[in-house]
Amino acid sequence: MIPAIGELSLILAFIFAIIQGTLPLVGAWRNKTTLMNLAVPTARAQSLLILVSFVVLMYSFYANDFSVLYVASTSNSQLPTMYRLAAVWGGHEGSMLLWVAILSIWTIAVTLFANNLPDTFRIRLIAVMGLVSVGFLAFILFTSNPFDRLIPAALDGRDLNPLLQDPGMVFHPPVLYMGYVGFSVAFAFAIAALLDGRLDNAWARWTRPWTTVAWMFLTLGIAFGSKWAYYELGWGGWWFWDAVENASFMPWLVGTALIHSLAVTEKRGAFKVWTVLLSICAFSLSLLGTFLVRSGVLTSVHAFATDPSRGLFILLYLVIVIGGALLLFALRAPNVGLGEKFDVVSRESFLLANNVVLAVAAGSVLLGTMYPLLIDALGGGKISVGPPYFDAVFVAIMAPGLFLMGLGPLAKWKKASIPEIGTRLKLAAVISIVSALLVPSVLGKISLMAAVGVFMGAWIVSTTLILLQNRIKTKQLANVSLVENLKTIPLAFYGMLLAHLGVGVFVLGVTLVKGYESEQDLRMEVNDIAKIGDLSFIFKGAQKVQGPNYISSQGKFVVTEDDKQIALLYPEKRFYPVQGATMTEADIEPGVFKDLYVSLGEPLEKGAWSVRIYIKPFVQWIWAGCIIMALGGLLALLDKRYRIANKNLTSKAEEVF
Amino acid sequence: MKARHKRFGLIAVGLLLLVVAVVLFTKSFKSNLVFFFTPTQVASGEAPKTGNFRIGGMVEEGSLKRLPDGLRVEFKVTDTARTMQVQYKGILPDLFKEGKGVVAEGSLNKDGLFVADQVLAKHDENYMPPEAAAALESAKTQKAKDATVSNAMEGAK
Repeated sequence: MIPAIGELSLILAFIFAIIQGTLPLVGAWRNKTTLMNLAVPTARAQSLLILVSFVVLMYSFYANDFSVLYVASTSNSQLPTMYRLAAVWGGHEGSMLLWVAILSIWTIAVTLFANNLPDTFRIRLIAVMGLVSVGFLAFILFTSNPFDRLIPAALDGRDLNPLLQDPGMVFHPPVLYMGYVGFSVAFAFAIAALLDGRLDNAWARWTRPWTTVAWMFLTLGIAFGSKWAYYELGWGGWWFWDAVENASFMPWLVGTALIHSLAVTEKRGAFKVWTVLLSICAFSLSLLGTFLVRSGVLTSVHAFATDPSRGLFILLYLVIVIGGALLLFALRAPNVGLGEKFDVVSRESFLLANNVVLAVAAGSVLLGTMYPLLIDALGGGKISVGPPYFDAVFVAIMAPGLFLMGLGPLAKWKKASIPEIGTRLKLAAVISIVSALLVPSVLGKISLMAAVGVFMGAWIVSTTLILLQNRIKTKQLANVSLVENLKTIPLAFYGMLLAHLGVGVFVLGVTLVKGYESEQDLRMEVNDIAKIGDLSFIFKGAQKVQGPNYISSQGKFVVTEDDKQIALLYPEKRFYPVQGATMTEADIEPGVFKDLYVSLGEPLEKGAWSVRIYIKPFVQWIWAGCIIMALGGLLALLDKRYRIANKNLTSKAEEVF
Repeated sequence: MKARHKRFGLIAVGLLLLVVAVVLFTKSFKSNLVFFFTPTQVASGEAPKTGNFRIGGMVEEGSLKRLPDGLRVEFKVTDTARTMQVQYKGILPDLFKEGKGVVAEGSLNKDGLFVADQVLAKHDENYMPPEAAAALESAKTQKAKDATVSNAMEGAK
C-alpha cells in the first residue's frame, strides 16, 4: 500500500510541475497576476510531493518491501541499514528520483531565498525550474518508475552491487547531484533573464551565490568520487578519464569559468552574453552527463543495466532543453549590449583568458569523450580514446591558465600595467623557481614534468599569499592594526584566496603523485618481505573473517621503516554470496607525505597470495586541495554583500576586490 | 604603441595559440585512438601487428590458467566463432569471471600472443560491456550469413 502513495505523489507532482512551468510564464508575458501567483504554491507543492515519494521509496528500502521491483533488485534483507538507505540511489530508477528530489530542494530554496527579486523575473525563474522538473518527472513516470510492483513479492532482494557497499555511496551521489542539479538554477536565471530582457549587474549579483553553491557541491562531489575510486577499485588510481568522470568534470570546468565571468559581469557589466552562454552550457553539460551515465552507452562502473528507450528519451529531452535555450539565446542575446570597455592589459583580460582556457579544456574533454560515441553511432566501429590523450592535452591547456592565475588577481580592473604586476611578483617567481629545482632533487628523481608541476603549484600558492600581503599593505596606510585590517577585508576576497590556494595544493598533489608513485605486483608467501625504498612490507598470512553479508579473506601486513613498525595493514578479499561477487578491499595507511596502499590479488598455493603494493606520495593533497577550494566557495558565499545587495536592489555594489 | 596595434598583436598571438592548440590536439588525438577488434577480426589479421588495440568477447569456460610465476594469467576470449589467447600480468578485476563478458586492451607480441595491459570486466551481474556484446553479435550474424550461404549451396547441388 505504501509504495502506491509514492507513485501517486509523483503523478501529482508531475501535474503541479506542468502548471508551474506553463501558466506563470503566460502570466508574466500577459501581465496577469492571478496566473503569476500560481508559481510559488505549485512549485512548493510539486517539490514537497517529490520529497514525499522519495521518503516513501526510502522507507520501502528500510522496511525490506520486496514487492517493489526496484527494491527487490537493488537491496537485500542482509544488507546493513546504512547501505539499504543508500541503495535508494543504487540503481537507475532511484538515481533519477534522487535527481528530481534534489531539484525540488533547490526549487524550495529558490522560493524561500530568492524573494527579493523583481516579481516577473522571479516568477519566470521558478517557472523555468518547473519545466526542467516536468521533463525529468515524465522520464521517471514513463520509462523508469521506481515504484513498479513485483507480484508476488520476492522472498529476498538481489542485493546492492558490492562495489557500491561503501560509505562513499552515502555521500558521493547526493553531493554530486547537488552540484549537477544546482546548475539548473543558474540556467533558470539565464533563461529568465533572456525572457525578461534583463541582463545587468544586479542580475549577475543574484546569480552568483547560487552558482557558487552548485560549484561548491560539484567540487566536493567529484572529490568524493575520486577518493572512493582510489580506495575501492583496488588499483590505486584517483582519476581515470573514464567517460563518466569526464561527464562530471566538464560541468565543473564550465562552472568554474562561469563563476569568474559572473564576477566580471557584476563588477564591470561586461561579458554578459558570454556569461549567459556559460550558464546554459554548464547545465547542458550536466544533462549530457546524466545522459551518458544513464543511457548505457558506456562501459563504466556507473553504467547500470539499462534499456535503449531511456537513452532515447533523455536524448530527446537534451535536444529540447539545449536546443530551446540556444534558440532563445540566439534571438535575444544580440540586444544585450557589451558593457564597459577595457584595456588589453586589465583584470577583465586576465579573466577572459581564464575563461578561454577553461572553455577550451572543457572542449578537449568533450571531444575525447564524445568522439568514440559519435564514430560508433555513425557505424565507424568501436574505438576508445586513451588517457594519454587527456593527460597531454589537458595539462598543455591548463598550464598557461595556472600561470595566469598568479597574475590576474593582482591586475586592476579596466587598465593594469604589466611592469607593476611584475615587480610585485618577483618574490613569488624566485620562490617558485627555487622549489621547482629543489623539490624534485630532494625526492630523488628529476624530471621536467615534476619541475613544471612544482613550479605551478608553488607559483599559485606564493602569488596568492602575496596578494593577501598586498591587500593588507594598501590598507595599512590608514594606520589601523593588522587584525582590524584583516577584518575589513570582505569574506569574498578570502574565499577567492582560499579557492586559489586549494588549486595550488591540488596541483602539487597531482604532480608529486604522478612523478613519484611506485607500484609492485608480487607473489608473497607467509613471512615474505617486500622492500620498497626504506620500507619493508612483511606479509603475515591471511585468515577467514565473517562480515555481515560477506565472507572475507583478510591479509595482514606489517610495514617497517628502519626496523620500526610504522603501520599495520589488513587488505581483504571479500565474497558476497547473494550476487556471487568477489570484491577487493584495499587497506591504506594515509599520510601527509605518502600513502601506503596494499591490495590482495588471488590466493595461490600454500597460503601465498598475489599482492599489489603502492606508495603514493602526496596523494591526499589532491582531495585536500578540492576541499580547500570548496571552503573558499563557502567563504565567498557568506559575504554579507549578497544579503545587503538582495535587500536593497538599487544600492551600488561596493568595490570588493 | 597605439591601441589598434595592440589589438592586432593580441589577435595575432591568439591565432598563433589556436594553431598550436589544434596541432597539439590532432597529434595527440590520433596517437591515442584505440581501436576495437573481435577475435574473428584478429584471427583474419585485421588487427594491427604493433601498437595497442582492444578486444572483447566472452572468457571461455575452463580457459583461465595461472602461469608458474604466480602473477601472470592466461585465458581465452571468444566471440563464439573464433577464440584467442590472452596473457595478463597483475590482479584481475573483481568481476572477471569465466563465461562472462570481458574487454582487454593490449598488443600482440612477436609470437602473436595478445598481451593485455588492462582488463575491463562487467560491473554487475547483468551488465555486458557494449564492446563485448558487439563482438558476440557480429559473430552471430556472420554465422547466420555463412549458414544461409551454405544452405544455398546445398540447394544448388
